[in-house]
Amino acid sequence: MISRESLPAILLTSTVALVLNILPLPGWLPVIRPAFLVLAVLYWSTMAPFVAGMALGFFGGLALDVFQGSLLGEHALALSFLTYLALRLNLLTRAKPIFEQSLYVLVALVAYELLLWLIDGWTGHALSSPLRWVHTVVGALIWPLVVGVLGRFHTTR
Amino acid sequence: MAGFGTSIGRPIYGRGPSPGLRFTVYALLSLTLMNLDQRAHWSQRLRYGLEAVAYPVQVAVNSPLAAWHWLTDSFSTRGMLRIENQRLHDQVLALQLAQLRQQALEQENAQLRELHARMPPLVKKWIVAEVIGVDSGTLRQRLIINRGAREGVAVNQPVLDGAGIIGQVAHVGPWSAEVILITDPEHAIPVQVQRNGLRTIAVGSGNAEELLLPYLAVNSDVRGGDVLLSSGLGGVFPAGYPVGRISGVHRESNQLLAQVRAEPTAHIDRARELLLVEFEPGNPAAPPTTEALAAAASPEPAAPAPASAAPPDGSGAPAARGGAARAKRKDAAAKP
Repeated sequence: MISRESLPAILLTSTVALVLNILPLPGWLPVIRPAFLVLAVLYWSTMAPFVAGMALGFFGGLALDVFQGSLLGEHALALSFLTYLALRLNLLTRAKPIFEQSLYVLVALVAYELLLWLIDGWTGHALSSPLRWVHTVVGALIWPLVVGVLGRFHTTR
Repeated sequence: MAGFGTSIGRPIYGRGPSPGLRFTVYALLSLTLMNLDQRAHWSQRLRYGLEAVAYPVQVAVNSPLAAWHWLTDSFSTRGMLRIENQRLHDQVLALQLAQLRQQALEQENAQLRELHARMPPLVKKWIVAEVIGVDSGTLRQRLIINRGAREGVAVNQPVLDGAGIIGQVAHVGPWSAEVILITDPEHAIPVQVQRNGLRTIAVGSGNAEELLLPYLAVNSDVRGGDVLLSSGLGGVFPAGYPVGRISGVHRESNQLLAQVRAEPTAHIDRARELLLVEFEPGNPAAPPTTEALAAAASPEPAAPAPASAAPPDGSGAPAARGGAARAKRKDAAAKP
């Protein structure tokens, strides 16, 4: 069990992930940019479910809404849903081999993007592009890296 | 939802409500927010506050780029500065020449319209803003600028650079504003082909170097290289400002519509400084005010002439001369 002391680490890494998410990038890089904040929230709600709770998902999503100018609550709902899944299934997923975890991450990211896509459609932003799904694959591919980096931020075990 | 929980997801030492209950609460909160943001303008104040909070972070996130620009600017050599100075000098001369001609043309135009009063200048006020954030994807083409409501920026205000129209203001925070670019797929701007006056609508493509003109018939008279000017319809943009240049026309005999692409005139992906312009409502080229649009749409022939060509004499000053009325203009051009 991870002790409470890692809360600052969780907030720090989530903030860095948010900055990476909204950093202006040139050319085609934004298309392949993984959803860093979603990956960080998934990691922390799987690995530290009693420290990083639903609030991290909700407020992280709200921050994405504010910075990306999307409908307020859109990313908040999608990310809360992912956090809920991660919290519910963390005993199932946390002990799995890393590549199997990547597969779960892919499913989670597709569910996240699907939810955003549905909300976009319902609220009249029907324009879509197949490129919006690219980040789900990229996110699943870099999951081992995310685990490797964020794993260093556990203070006590 | 909290009821069906198995023992798997439950906290082992129960701290607070179960994740299911908390998810339900947050989901309801999100749905309420979305509903408010979508339907009511109630959440505008909330968003205004949130954008105020977001502003320092946006500045910080953009600071590496800004630092790089500052560094390259401060290390530019004397020779480069001289060359740039010379270029700017030439540009000023050319612009002065064009300005001379423009004054003559405006006078001539005023005479043609039999306006005895001097025409008011088109541009009432302009603010220079710097780009502090870029959001460019295939679905969103937006910029964050460092001027907001405190400096008089209003929603739907046209944004230009030295070469043409860039977009319009979508959201305003106290110190920052979000600009929706003309290349955003959710943006449409009414345009006119300069050569023959053909009117159509240019829609964003999601690519900063391309606009689409999806509503032109196969037999319409457009050619590569034609200049597109804003037509002044739609109530947001003024008439006669360059928007783009036709880069490709593709016609297929079995299709009703031609596939026409244009390249924006403004330096959409490179501009660092933008102009936010407020127009004098009295000038014929200015976008019509909400009141004028409503008057033109009403069946009573209160204004027989088109609203945009109302005589701008000083005595009969229109009621909507203030900046506040302009902010409430219809979002007509933002949604195709």
